[in-house]
Amino acid sequence: MSKATNREQVLRLENITMQFGGVVAINNLSMEINQGEIVALIGPNGAGKTTAFNCVTGVYEPTNGIVYFHGEPIVVNHPQGKMIKQYGGINGELYANRKPVAHTPDRITHMGIARTFQNIRLFKSQTAFENVLIGTHLRKTSNMFTATFRLNAKEEKANRKKTAELLEIVGLADVANELATSLPYGKQRRLEIARALATDPTLLLLDEPAAGMNPQETDELGEFIVDIKNRFNLTVFMIEHHMNLVMDISDRIYVLDFGKQIAEGTPEEIQKNPVVIAAYLGVDEE
Amino acid sequence: MNQKKSKVPMIVTLFLIAAIYIAVFIAEQTLPSTSMLFTVLKKGAVYALVAVSMNLLNGFTGIFSLGQAGFMLVGAYVYGIFTIPVAQRAAVYQYFDGGIVQFTVPLVVAMILSGLAAAFFAFLIGLPVLRLKSDYLAIATLGFAEIIRAIFQWNGLGPVTNGSNMLRGFPNFNDFNITDGNGNVTVYLSTLIPFIIAGVCILLIVLLINSSYGRALKAIRDDEVAAEAMGINLAHHKRLAFCISSFFAGVGGAMLAMYQTTVQAKSFTSAMTYEILLIVVIGGIGSVTGSVFSSFLFVACSEWWLRFLDEKQLIGDFEVPLLRTGFRMVVFSVIIMIVVLFFRRGIMGDKELPDLLSRRAAKKGRAVK
Repeated sequence: MSKATNREQVLRLENITMQFGGVVAINNLSMEINQGEIVALIGPNGAGKTTAFNCVTGVYEPTNGIVYFHGEPIVVNHPQGKMIKQYGGINGELYANRKPVAHTPDRITHMGIARTFQNIRLFKSQTAFENVLIGTHLRKTSNMFTATFRLNAKEEKANRKKTAELLEIVGLADVANELATSLPYGKQRRLEIARALATDPTLLLLDEPAAGMNPQETDELGEFIVDIKNRFNLTVFMIEHHMNLVMDISDRIYVLDFGKQIAEGTPEEIQKNPVVIAAYLGVDEE
Repeated sequence: MNQKKSKVPMIVTLFLIAAIYIAVFIAEQTLPSTSMLFTVLKKGAVYALVAVSMNLLNGFTGIFSLGQAGFMLVGAYVYGIFTIPVAQRAAVYQYFDGGIVQFTVPLVVAMILSGLAAAFFAFLIGLPVLRLKSDYLAIATLGFAEIIRAIFQWNGLGPVTNGSNMLRGFPNFNDFNITDGNGNVTVYLSTLIPFIIAGVCILLIVLLINSSYGRALKAIRDDEVAAEAMGINLAHHKRLAFCISSFFAGVGGAMLAMYQTTVQAKSFTSAMTYEILLIVVIGGIGSVTGSVFSSFLFVACSEWWLRFLDEKQLIGDFEVPLLRTGFRMVVFSVIIMIVVLFFRRGIMGDKELPDLLSRRAAKKGRAVK
């Protein structure tokens, strides 16, 4: 924990509560992620990990709490309307006089948060190359007319070059013209990461990047994540179930159970934490 | 770059297109101008443009819209209103004191205005409607098309739209023919010009589809959630696609007005939208060449090749049974069912002509090895 104190804070969640009707999916989650870190969010199935991601990326609007990105509040909300009565979390009155802030997911991506999905969501009808190329679309300076009449040839060329380089880096250059969905599973995962990188993020959110991979692939993926983190000067926030991978590459770990944060610390601390072992490791990993 | 595709299929395609245009020109000079062929070619060109514009929405952006006839109606009316010669207005608007629009604009300007008017309507409709998804959006746009048809027939707007009476007297395709002093046609252009107009519009759509914006639209079609996570503004891009599609539907409407030589709101029914949807589905959702190809096929079948089924046919002394007025539509429906059953993804799927050519080339290459 100490090694991160003097670095710039990239992401901070403050008292985030996400409530769907009467169900409190996340209850008062607070966490911070500093520049250059790899932070993992773990927890049993249904603990609310992906919901936390969705709150950060603008897919959901949290019921209560603030998300700061590079010090700027990108999400602010407090219980409103019907939710005031229904609210089941804590700290519900904390931000009552702050103006709610909400952005659509594309705005959040513009700001520099890119993500991958738990269930791979590649563009099915497009090749690997085109999938990554679409990721460069948001940084365009061309408008529809200049794009239609090919007045943006220079930008287009630069984007294609960047795409080719990204595919080279993730090791998919040889399958660039294959249909994205025809690739083997592991390569699809890498392609999703490449596509996310094409949006020039400063923070990368990985939702179970190693899901469905065998141990060897998982090891390779770990090296790969560290490699791209260093190469693109990224901060990585990931959800993962493979404990080997999490313990290998994470700087810090947050543990979530039933929507509540039950522990936080370095991999060594987490491994020894009795609460975590009771809730998660002891049961799940035999 | 990484994507090195052979340019040969593209060049072959361009040559083919050029050859078609030349063939049309030559045919027009040599064949009698009353030939059914030209009716089919003219109407086919109009439908090709409208079908491609619909495909831009339904096939490339994944927005299931059924408002095409409404936007065509707007385009056709705007074209008619701004191009009827002032001298003829008194006759056309006989129930409305000659109407209130007493000027004309050049034909090209009128066509662009048609498109812009349709796009403007699309923008307004899009504000509430584009929030809906799939079937709901289809129903909402269908409703719009019906409403706009009713509004244009309303007598209160009569001084502009001529109420439920038809607009006529505006320049039509035959006015493109070059005539000498005595009114004899020297160069026939009445088919070539519609071909050129439709061709230019379709070219613009193809350029858009293959640009960065087109890729974004396809991304939205494939996976909205992922597209949004890639920083693509869904509302903006959908609105863009909707307006552009409607722009070209409006231009198509103007061309339809020229083809028909008259415009009347009651002919722009939802059946027209279904015809176009049928063309898109038969051609292949997501294929521009498919849409173009199938619109000519569709028009040829419905206007020409199957006409004989509507009349009594005698083979020797034997009268072929079943043939009577309306039987054509029965056969036509059966053909469509067969196409949909056996070419489930349409004639072309989501492939374009160059794709097909390059696949053949690839096959040949493999055979040589």
